[in-house]
Amino acid sequence: MKLKQLEGILGSLQQFENPKIELEQYPTGPHIASRLLYTAENSFGDVSDKVVADFGCGCGTLGLAAGLLGAEHVIGFDIDAESIEIASSNAEELEIDMDFVQCDIRNLRLSDRTIDTVVMNPPFGTRKKGADMDFLSVALKVASQAVYSLHKTTTRDHIKRTALREYNASSAEVLCELRFDVPQLYKFHKKKEVDVAVDLWRFVPKNSR
Amino acid sequence: MRLLTHNMLSSNIKGVTNGFPLRIEVEKMVEKEVELNMDFLKNMFAKVEWRALVEASRSMGYSELPDEADSSMLDSDEFLRKFHHALLELHLEEGALVCPETGRKFPVNKGIPNMLLHEDEV
Ligand SMILES: C[S@@+](CC[C@H](N)C(=O)[O-])C[C@H]1O[C@@H](n2cnc3c(N)ncnc32)[C@H](O)[C@@H]1O
Repeated sequence: MKLKQLEGILGSLQQFENPKIELEQYPTGPHIASRLLYTAENSFGDVSDKVVADFGCGCGTLGLAAGLLGAEHVIGFDIDAESIEIASSNAEELEIDMDFVQCDIRNLRLSDRTIDTVVMNPPFGTRKKGADMDFLSVALKVASQAVYSLHKTTTRDHIKRTALREYNASSAEVLCELRFDVPQLYKFHKKKEVDVAVDLWRFVPKNSR
Repeated sequence: MRLLTHNMLSSNIKGVTNGFPLRIEVEKMVEKEVELNMDFLKNMFAKVEWRALVEASRSMGYSELPDEADSSMLDSDEFLRKFHHALLELHLEEGALVCPETGRKFPVNKGIPNMLLHEDEV
């Protein structure tokens, strides 16, 4: 599948109806989502025939993109039932078989290394400080192959240091810098959307195959 | 929810040490056919908890998996078909996952297990 084609399909998906600001529910846009999965597949072979988990799956864009690129088994994890419902109907629409688990990522217990690849757009931690780091720490515990994630560019040094020193990553690499439209995150902002610089990361856990 | 997902989930209640495998209570299950991917199965065989998969598939009414299995069986097409069916084609739609240590039930609705904890379980 071509990148443009993937982006087109993702653009047709249903998004959050009543986004819950405290959970940082904003969609991962089709531009970013398609590039994340396309790179994971075509540059690193981390998607097709793999078990892929989407952490904080929201309406399912990242996980479904993995399914479209040939992942064998995709699981979406989110704390919010309403989002999972939308994601699940998106999956039906695309005829992609995707599993979902409603849970809080912070106290999820998964067996180690059954999941090959984790893809995620974690909460950036603007509402709950450190939320993105909680996601990253769990992701690096369960993935056997790679973790793809988006984090604010302003936190780049901190992310790299923490991933390598504390979260058992053997490598942490920024693949590219992107612009992300984050809607209404700050009450004091007059504009409806703020354009935030975001890094697309690839982390490799230690003991990866 | 497929049994592959079940095979990696544990009870996450605070203080529970033997939270795996979650027992399955079935109210409704469905079967969905998917193409068999031999390389994937061979790769997964090394990772799945076999006993848990056998028990899970039995509670879903499928009792074709042998109690014990080793990698030499992967040469048999028949074995691969059964493994494939149990792992990827059986879906728990309605029912519950039950913590083996405390008996706490995690409900499954429309195929989605709810693993959220109550405040006193975190
Ligand atoms: C930035 S959104 C990701 C959107 C998603 N990638 C999409 O395209 O729809 C963050 C998601 O994380 C979920 N979330 C926030 N805190 C969570 C937690 N502690 N555990 C699990 N999910 C959480 C939110 O419900 C939200 O769907």
